[in-house]
Amino acid sequence: MFEAIFVLTALAIAFGLLLGYSAIRFKVKGDPVTDKIDAILPQTQCGQCGYAGCRPYAEAIANGEADINQCPPGGKVVIQALADLLGRDPVPLNEENGQHAEKTIVHIDEQLCIGCTLCIQACPVDAILGAAKQMHTIIDSECTGCNLCIAPCPVDCIYIVPVKRDISQWRWPRPETELEKPEADKS
Amino acid sequence: MKRLLRHFHGGLRLPEHKKISMQELISEAPIPPRLILPLQQHIGEPAESLVSIGERVLKGQMIAEAKSFVSVPVHASTSGRIICIENRPIPHPSGLNAPCIILEADGKDETIDMQAHDYHHMEPAELRHLLRDAGIVGLGGAGFPSFIKLNPGPGNRVNTLLLNGAECEPYITCDAMLMQQRPHEIIKGLLVMKQALQAEHCIIAVEDNKRLAYTTLVNALEEHQPHKIEIIQVPTLYPTGGEKQLIKVVTGVEVPANNRPVNVGIVCHNVATAAAVYDATQGQPLISRVVTVTGDAVKHPRNLQVRFGTPFRFLLDQCGFDERAEIDLIMGGPLMGFKIADQQVPVIKTSNCVLSLKREPRRPAMPCIRCADCVLVCPVQLLPQQLYWYARAQDFDRIQDYHLFDCIECGACAYVCPSHIPLVNYYRFAKTEIWAQEEEKKKADLARQRHEFRQYRLERGKKENEERRQRKKELLKKTGNKSDDRDAQKTAIEAAMARVQARRAEQEQQRKNTDNLNLAQKKVIEEIEARRKKTND
Repeated sequence: MFEAIFVLTALAIAFGLLLGYSAIRFKVKGDPVTDKIDAILPQTQCGQCGYAGCRPYAEAIANGEADINQCPPGGKVVIQALADLLGRDPVPLNEENGQHAEKTIVHIDEQLCIGCTLCIQACPVDAILGAAKQMHTIIDSECTGCNLCIAPCPVDCIYIVPVKRDISQWRWPRPETELEKPEADKS
Repeated sequence: MKRLLRHFHGGLRLPEHKKISMQELISEAPIPPRLILPLQQHIGEPAESLVSIGERVLKGQMIAEAKSFVSVPVHASTSGRIICIENRPIPHPSGLNAPCIILEADGKDETIDMQAHDYHHMEPAELRHLLRDAGIVGLGGAGFPSFIKLNPGPGNRVNTLLLNGAECEPYITCDAMLMQQRPHEIIKGLLVMKQALQAEHCIIAVEDNKRLAYTTLVNALEEHQPHKIEIIQVPTLYPTGGEKQLIKVVTGVEVPANNRPVNVGIVCHNVATAAAVYDATQGQPLISRVVTVTGDAVKHPRNLQVRFGTPFRFLLDQCGFDERAEIDLIMGGPLMGFKIADQQVPVIKTSNCVLSLKREPRRPAMPCIRCADCVLVCPVQLLPQQLYWYARAQDFDRIQDYHLFDCIECGACAYVCPSHIPLVNYYRFAKTEIWAQEEEKKKADLARQRHEFRQYRLERGKKENEERRQRKKELLKKTGNKSDDRDAQKTAIEAAMARVQARRAEQEQQRKNTDNLNLAQKKVIEEIEARRKKTND
């Protein structure tokens, strides 16, 4: 009987050590779910979700503190992707956070700009170029359309403008057929 | 030796409608008063304008240059004056405007000095350079810059150079007429291409409904022996003219998905491109092409040699266009072409056909009944109905599992669909949506990167400030009350004061604006200086 107890104890200790070692050796740094959620979010860093940026919101979702429907720039597509990732049911966008709209960027009226640098400090992606008492301008290709620079501007010289679309970005529209009518979609 | 021909999967026999535009020989279209030359007439990046408004240009002069790799220059189609560079409607399914150079023809049609090149002794790289400068792109329809396709790339050996004279789409006859009328240029152009590619042998494939084109080419070839060129007839079946389909028919080789034919040692070019290549070696850049003007609303359907930039409407009027007819204007054929909303769009390098079809009431689309007719005709062996489901549901992951991007958009599936579902439009919709999503993803990744770097930068700034403060504090603590330091400081201050004094004196010396003053003014200045001295003392 003692042999059995001894053997089992030895086995338990051996496996325990193995498990303990592998837990240290193969430790996953960071939360992979957060990364996956962050990869889905549109990275506008606009804060409309109520968090300080896309990463904090991703962490909140991963911790179960926030729902998946608080990202207006992402809209339906992001909610669907998050639902697929987390195995939840898609829910409509939370109206409190805002409405989904086509992507826009901002434009600085360079005639009016006084060079106060407040917008530069507000821009989460460093998309504004300028220096104190120098004209500022937006780098169009880097602007995410978060509109965070509009509120700090003391002379209201920042406007929202639609994204310029040229032929290379044109998309074929969804075909308009009888099948696309709402009642057909239900079936 | 008779070549054993294979078959590709599916395919369609279509009513040809080709005879109507083959009654007359190719004739030169008149030059319109104003030519609209888009900066982008090909796949890739647009060219960049070289001309300024008001400048006079000659026919064949380069007016826009290629700045990036996948791009070719644009040349003036005739002599005249540049009147503006602005956005105009171009032949594109979107109907959007794009930058164009507007050239007002002066009617003199003066040419630049065109020098024939001795292409027999040119290196392949030189030849490609020559063809790029001549603005040559594939004239079959897609418009990919030819010099890129004529570069086998490292590690690839080109075994077969295939010249595509299939022209399988209904109504279009520009290649057939070209083969009938300019067989020698085509063969000479083919030899230039062969030289550029260092290809082993050449094949010209012609569909068997173009008897005359075939016999003309065969007769012409006799003068060009002993070059190894094979001319073969392939069965008429839509879409034999597709690059990968034609390769399968002629050589039996199936080009794998996501591969280019050059990966299996085959390169395919259009016959019209070959003729353009020959012209380029004679010094003439690509400034015109043969265009089939046909359809229900033109009285004299025929083929015209048209300068690029000629508005469609001008061209139609040359062929007896019935203005009042209810038509859809199409660039290309009835299956792969697209509708043109504005009749003033110009002929560009990829315009093979201007087709006017009687507008028929759109047949209402019905639900898919899973008859699988589309599966039977698909030349790429896809499952069109599955693709359709996923495109409609916007399930863009699944649709790629069904190889959406192997679809050549030939339109055979939509043609046979008994439910009249515009299948190809669904695939095009899905393709562009997927591209847009990928683009957005790239932008989001960039934004994340920039945001994270900003976060890091702010953090780093804070830390550095803190460290600097700490260091200063410690320095003060260490050196705060030592007397010798006080002395050092004092001498430093004195030295600085002396420097300031010296600079002031120097400035005083340099002040020259008091030289040419009259006495009264000098007196006033002296008074002021005296007062200043007094207050300073």
